[in-house]
Amino acid sequence: MHRSLFRFALGATLAAGVIPAAAQNATPSSNPKISLILVGGYADYSSRAPAEVSGVLLGPETDLAPAGLSVGETELVVDANVDDQFHGWATVALANEDGETVVELEEAYFNTLALPLGLAVKGGRFFSDIGYQNHVHAHGWDFVDLPLVYRALLAGQLNDDGVQMRWLAPTDLFMEFGAEILRGGQFPAGGERRSGANSLAAFWHLGGDVGASQSWRLGLSHLAADADDRRTGEAADTGFTGDSDVRILDVVWKWAPEGNVTRTSLVANAEFFWREEEGTLVSDPDGAAVASAYEGKQRGFYVQGAWQFMPRWRAGLRYDRLDAADNEIPNNPAGEFNGLLDDSYAPQRVAAMVDFSNSEFSRLRVQLARDETRPAGEADTQLFLQYILSLGSHPAHQF
Amino acid sequence: MTRILLSLALLVAATPALALNVFATVPEWGALARELGGGDVEVYVATTALQNVHRIQARPSLIAQYRKAQLVVATGADLESGWLPALAEKGNNPTVLPGTEGFFEAFRHVRMLEVPQVVDRSLGDVHPYGNPHIQTAAPNILAIAGPLSVRMAALDPAHAEGYRARFAAFEVTWRAALTKWEARAKPLAGVGVVSSHRDSSYLYAWLGLREVATLEPKPGIPPSAGHLEQVLSTLQATPARMALRAAYQDDKPARWISDRTGIPVVTLPFTVGGAPGTDDLYGYFDVTLQRLLDAAGTTAGGR
Repeated sequence: MHRSLFRFALGATLAAGVIPAAAQNATPSSNPKISLILVGGYADYSSRAPAEVSGVLLGPETDLAPAGLSVGETELVVDANVDDQFHGWATVALANEDGETVVELEEAYFNTLALPLGLAVKGGRFFSDIGYQNHVHAHGWDFVDLPLVYRALLAGQLNDDGVQMRWLAPTDLFMEFGAEILRGGQFPAGGERRSGANSLAAFWHLGGDVGASQSWRLGLSHLAADADDRRTGEAADTGFTGDSDVRILDVVWKWAPEGNVTRTSLVANAEFFWREEEGTLVSDPDGAAVASAYEGKQRGFYVQGAWQFMPRWRAGLRYDRLDAADNEIPNNPAGEFNGLLDDSYAPQRVAAMVDFSNSEFSRLRVQLARDETRPAGEADTQLFLQYILSLGSHPAHQF
Repeated sequence: MTRILLSLALLVAATPALALNVFATVPEWGALARELGGGDVEVYVATTALQNVHRIQARPSLIAQYRKAQLVVATGADLESGWLPALAEKGNNPTVLPGTEGFFEAFRHVRMLEVPQVVDRSLGDVHPYGNPHIQTAAPNILAIAGPLSVRMAALDPAHAEGYRARFAAFEVTWRAALTKWEARAKPLAGVGVVSSHRDSSYLYAWLGLREVATLEPKPGIPPSAGHLEQVLSTLQATPARMALRAAYQDDKPARWISDRTGIPVVTLPFTVGGAPGTDDLYGYFDVTLQRLLDAAGTTAGGR
């Protein structure tokens, strides 16, 4: 797969006669760009109950940040132009898991620089471009944690191995289409016996400005994932085999007087998720192995805003909600699937934050949240203190 | 597959462009491209004088315009490093990649000031290539105009004669304007000023203004109350005649200093479009000089 696309990319470029001169003079500051992100802080939860969410099976790595003082994921990012045709990027994260430091390859991809006709190809491991916040690195989030729909329906952000093709239309209005062929090793796909490509994603983005002060982007995406004995859950394992379809509508709107973010600015965004799963569930596959047909329908959204009210200071508010009242599991003899069938309460959460950025490279944040996502809407009051520091080259962030 | 793409590419390449599509990162290069390109260019300017060019986002509208560009005119020297790489990654336009003919960096054609010996973030957002705000000195504009017109002619050979003729005319009028500005600015030589951000070093070097203090403790770090007190005591020892701020900057720190010292706040347009009457490069320097002279005049008797 990779190899044939690679050849296609090179062939198309050479055919079009686009052979740019050698890349810019290498300077110590710009090639390669290296940055290290330090994140950490303090978390306090009023509830000690397991962080389950009624109506969904949470995927891997969806635990809340550990209570007390802790260091978050330390990320080392290296990126550079490989040559006149390719740009490469790698993010290595050092994470804490159960008291041990684990090295995770979060991203490792190349993207083409010189394909003609507004085309670009990306290959390797990367954050999918579905949704709005899926590709935003943790240090760029407006809140300490991800919106609930990401945690519950995508098990965080979708980063998988594969290939992406993107076409940008030659229009004044920003319009791009993209498709991704992914390995399917990541939730909501997943499972041990993998071969071929088991997740397909497509996205469509539209964007522009309104005068000098406002800009916006609208996105529609669809992820079709194929799960093959996807295991979830800590104490009681549950396996899922079948199709998982996620559709996302996302919108972001940014405002600053005359487009000048020096004093004040506002960023608002919302995403709506619809997920449908159809297949077979097996409770405790390695033991009792109680199986049932399964049809799951979950939907949710979040709306958030971050307002810079004076230089360096921002305040933000976010509301999350999930609705999973339409799950159907006909065979539930001993209540194995009660968590999934629990529709007594729609999980929701409200979070408020204030952050201070000493420069564009350092940020301190306080976040307070009232979390009612656990079964029966048990309330959890959450307090977070966070620092985010970036060492090294300028981070060039996407919109 | 390749054959289809090849014929499509040839088709696109063969379509004659009506005008050279120029994407200027900042208003000064947009204005210069218009002077040199006349009717042969279509110019898009990515930012305005009221925006902080260090903090621009790779907005969808910019990506769409980058995609169509045949020539990107940037300052370079890391001025646009927070957003131009993101445009290059998302804009899918190989003809304007850094290192190609379609990418023009103005800073390579002027002598850079304040090139640091040490690049360390504790010193603020220091640019390893030197101070990137090169447009504030009028002689730099002419130094850049020559190579830019040559580049435009190379990219649009059908109109090469037009670019050459317009540059020749521009050189004559700009030199005349330089002589006029330098004569008018004589009273400014040696005048002490307080800056907001270290963004007018080239202007000071050109006109002989003296920077007594900077309101930002370090480049890119907004002034704190403690630092402003320090600036105040510096000013007691070494008085300045005016506090300068660019149109896009917060005016509070400069006003704070003005309230306590009585020196006037001067809002400089900083680039084309930063004040009424600055619709082109000539207007930009006319207004800049007029405002400096007005402020120097109001306090001329004082010191």
